[in-house]
Amino acid sequence: MRPDIYALPRLSRRFFPIWQRNFLVWRKIAAASVIGHIADPMIYMIGLGYGLGSLVPEMGGTSYMLFLAGGTVCYSTMNSASFEALYSGFARMHEQRTWEAILNTPVTLDDIVLSEILWAASKSLMSGIAVLAVVWLFGLSHTWLSLWAIPLALLVGLCFASIGLIMTALAPSYDFFLYYFTLVITPMMLLCGVFFPVAQLPPVLQIVSAALPLSHAIDLARPLLSGVVPTQALLHFGVLLGYALVGYYVSLVLFRRRLGR
Amino acid sequence: MITVISARQLRKSYSGQTVVDGLDLTIRRGECFGLLGPNGAGKTTTLRLLLGLIAPDSGELSLLGEPVPQRAREARLKVGVVPQIDNLDPDFTVAENLLVYGRYFGMKDAAIEARIPALLEFANLANKRDAKVPTLSGGMKRRLTLARALVNDPDIIFLDEPTTGLDPQARHLIWQRLRELTAQGKTLLLTTHFMDEAERLCHRLAVMDQGRLITEGTPRELIEQNIEPQVVEVFGEGVEAWVAEHAARYAARYEISGETAFCYVTDAAPLLAHLHGHPTLRFLHRPANLEDVFLKLTGREMRE
Repeated sequence: MRPDIYALPRLSRRFFPIWQRNFLVWRKIAAASVIGHIADPMIYMIGLGYGLGSLVPEMGGTSYMLFLAGGTVCYSTMNSASFEALYSGFARMHEQRTWEAILNTPVTLDDIVLSEILWAASKSLMSGIAVLAVVWLFGLSHTWLSLWAIPLALLVGLCFASIGLIMTALAPSYDFFLYYFTLVITPMMLLCGVFFPVAQLPPVLQIVSAALPLSHAIDLARPLLSGVVPTQALLHFGVLLGYALVGYYVSLVLFRRRLGR
Repeated sequence: MITVISARQLRKSYSGQTVVDGLDLTIRRGECFGLLGPNGAGKTTTLRLLLGLIAPDSGELSLLGEPVPQRAREARLKVGVVPQIDNLDPDFTVAENLLVYGRYFGMKDAAIEARIPALLEFANLANKRDAKVPTLSGGMKRRLTLARALVNDPDIIFLDEPTTGLDPQARHLIWQRLRELTAQGKTLLLTTHFMDEAERLCHRLAVMDQGRLITEGTPRELIEQNIEPQVVEVFGEGVEAWVAEHAARYAARYEISGETAFCYVTDAAPLLAHLHGHPTLRFLHRPANLEDVFLKLTGREMRE
């Protein structure tokens, strides 16, 4: 194994045309995509919010609907980035051989991985804005602080795109991704306080939860939607950024090993 | 700059297996150079090394004056690639494929748009400008891939089996376009399995096997230097018995492949006179060609 697969990412502006390419593909299906971004959280919030909300009028000091909204912003952005980085990323790398075509130009693998992360995060950004629009539409949040959920969606997107690309780099086929969704994404949704406070979990699971990025995202989003400045904001921010950077580096090394030989 | 590619003692192995084994290669500006070899000979790995997509274990390499892989990115600014397997963007139209690809070279949209009509004309796709890629035939996709490889006005074009899987009409059109490119002074480096393709298009050829170049020269030189000028193919009922009894007497060298005996001779007259006395045997007399050279050098057994 050559040592230079462990080199730090070599950044260049040549990543941008790849982002543009993905955007152009997205534009062709934009209507369906936007409807999906809005309908998915809306169905959750109407179903669970009204259903459970009528039984549990208050949770964590707010209405259950608003509690759920804070979780949904993060959960939706996590999902957007994950699906993009895994399924769509794999299609571009493997099935359509788009990366192969790009690598024959002055663009390098480092540029491609960076653009994949930024593109998946862009999808998260769209998804985050859509959820926020639903929150405002329902009249759940009345604070300018909720606007901070927009940059947060981008950060959550970067984080889960980077982690997701590790799976893409390792995947032999699409079937492989089922493990990730079943063993990582679904437990994360249940352990990180999307639907109920983490404090309800047994102590051991609370420790696990504290290590997971989605918890930190929700710990930022929920107070912001309620108009409260989050406590330990820097810690949560740092954890999300840390996951993003480590995921970026690890996935890049794995892609170099997979494709650069 | 006369030399566009120069490789010295390139080596590349994967988990102990040597794929490229001390390869020396010089390609000059404006020539069409063909790299021939059976499957697994190391042709595609060689192309990947030359493009700087993988690093050699040892050896020296330069492409368009840039050291590779160190400055492969700069070198690839003036390189076009037609890959073995189509990797056009299925979500895009013909024109969008060219636009998006041109951007990877850092070209401005206006500069790409200005080139698109001529590229489509060259690829006989002018009336398919807004067609989606999945609606194109195999030949059209190949031509679009060729047009895409020209979007950055490259000095050298790499073509990995450019006509594999195409029907004869489509192949002839590709050949015609490749000859036009060499006429414009472009350098071409192509790999192929088709000896007629190599013989028609290439100024110089190299035959590669097991990671090494085993011979190099113009098509005519390869034939003259490696093989007897005449071939008589003998087949039909009783060919095995005939070979056992007579072949060695009439042919300096012969090979049996399937149910055909290939007799390589300098003067075919005595063999032909003899064959007229064996009415059950059929035969075909022809001049030696590149395929004979290729089979002599790399053997007749299957490579998979």
